[in-house]
Amino acid sequence: MPTENVAAGVRTGTYLYYRHTLPVRIMHWINVVALTILLLSGLNIFSAHPALYWGQSSYTGHGPFFDISAREKANGDLVGVTRLFGREFVTTGVLGASAGDDGDLIPRAFPSWLTIPDARWLAMARRWHLFFAWVFVLNGLCYLVYVVASRHLARDLAPTKTDWRSIGASIIDHLRFRHPRGEEAKRYNVLQKLAYLAVIFILLPLVILMGWAMSPRLDSFLPGWVDIVGGRQSARSIHFVVAWLLVAFALVHVFEVIVSGFWNHLRSMITGRYRVDAEARDETAR
Amino acid sequence: MKLRVRPSRRRFLTRAVSAAGVLTLSGCDALSRTTWFPRLLGAGEKLSQSAQQLLTPRRSMAQEFTEAERSPQFRSNGTSMPDSPEYEALAAREFADYHLQVGGLVVKPASLTLAALRALPSRTQITRHDCVEGWSAIGKWKGAKLAALLDQVQVRPEARFAVFYCADPMGDNGTDLYYESIDMDDAFHAQTILAYELNDEPLPVKNGAPIRLRVERQLGYKHAKYVMRIELVDAFDHIAGGKGGYWEDNGYEWYAGI
Repeated sequence: MPTENVAAGVRTGTYLYYRHTLPVRIMHWINVVALTILLLSGLNIFSAHPALYWGQSSYTGHGPFFDISAREKANGDLVGVTRLFGREFVTTGVLGASAGDDGDLIPRAFPSWLTIPDARWLAMARRWHLFFAWVFVLNGLCYLVYVVASRHLARDLAPTKTDWRSIGASIIDHLRFRHPRGEEAKRYNVLQKLAYLAVIFILLPLVILMGWAMSPRLDSFLPGWVDIVGGRQSARSIHFVVAWLLVAFALVHVFEVIVSGFWNHLRSMITGRYRVDAEARDETAR
Repeated sequence: MKLRVRPSRRRFLTRAVSAAGVLTLSGCDALSRTTWFPRLLGAGEKLSQSAQQLLTPRRSMAQEFTEAERSPQFRSNGTSMPDSPEYEALAAREFADYHLQVGGLVVKPASLTLAALRALPSRTQITRHDCVEGWSAIGKWKGAKLAALLDQVQVRPEARFAVFYCADPMGDNGTDLYYESIDMDDAFHAQTILAYELNDEPLPVKNGAPIRLRVERQLGYKHAKYVMRIELVDAFDHIAGGKGGYWEDNGYEWYAGI
């Protein structure tokens, strides 16, 4: 057991370290709520036309590259079918056909437990989606202003030269589920920084931009700008795919939180305080 | 200071979190069925409208496409044959008896035959139709410029909206005729036309014959089909459900810019 990093001037023993400032904590949880509602209401909106296309329109002569549908068997039973690049998967119970109010299978792209509202209700799903889109965008703008002004971005998120050099070691550490402890745990590791930066500066702006690309009025901002990504239907497909990349990020994020000290991380995102165990042996003795 | 969470508390918190998850989702559904919450969510529509009008000029043009980019067929959605004896009679004589009524807050109310509409200044445009459901189709439309018609009937300054009354009943027994409304910016927009041709053919019944509104910077349901009468008004809260359109009365946004 290494008793590392007890350098001169660094506190020893177990102590609470102020990790997340109040604005970051508030914006983090607003984001959790907004993105969850955006995803679940988005899946309801998608169910109004559960097919994705590449190009300017849905009727280009090529069919969708992804679609979810329901088919009736000879005996009248429903079968949920999901098609991706010409391959067909039976997804009864989850995609295409899932339980309705009375428990019988009904045709619907995503199951009711995965959508807001639970019923197929496009008008209401759009209300949720387009309201929380504003919550998310305004929260995101506040966040950007804050991280620049407070130097959180430059100080804690931007990778340093040392970070770039340690990238190989960091990958190995992650694969072996070995997490920094003691003083090292106070800072983000390089993969963590890169993941956050990719989400903040690539995925989230992209999902917003592709949402705008679906707006006929915003398309008139500079007629033809949506052709940069291949057209409005391509934009809709990218919007959908990026939403799932964000889900993938959230899953990895929550997984890492769990394996590297769930309650410690959760507390630090609620109260701001993160426990630093300067000496690992101390922890087992408690 | 206690630094570790006790197992009992941990179990309680885990249960609380999962219970909160379930409650939140069913809470969302309960909220959807109140009257006040959807109205609160409707603030999003107002924000989107203001932001879009701020970001794009009043006269900004929707994208136009080439002949080759047209969709092989133009999908018909919603009504494909209005279920009304009056409409069937008009269609049977290929709309020879059709008259478009224009009234309300105008100086000179008018009644126009198809020939009169065809004689108005026209515009041909290949545009993308974006349905609220998510699909798009590209078609070539030719029609009378609505601005030219409105100039002819002389819109009074107090008019704020143009309301389009249609022939297609949405309810049973011929009730709930489709209708729509747009503001004056959209009514006088260069690409807003009363289309009588689709892809160089007379507008088919399934796409809104004899006249369909094209209002290119809005979603599909604003493009009223089977238009029979246009009324200029200063408010639409006294019309049908009061929300300015059939789908609007059923919970969809009046401002369908996104």
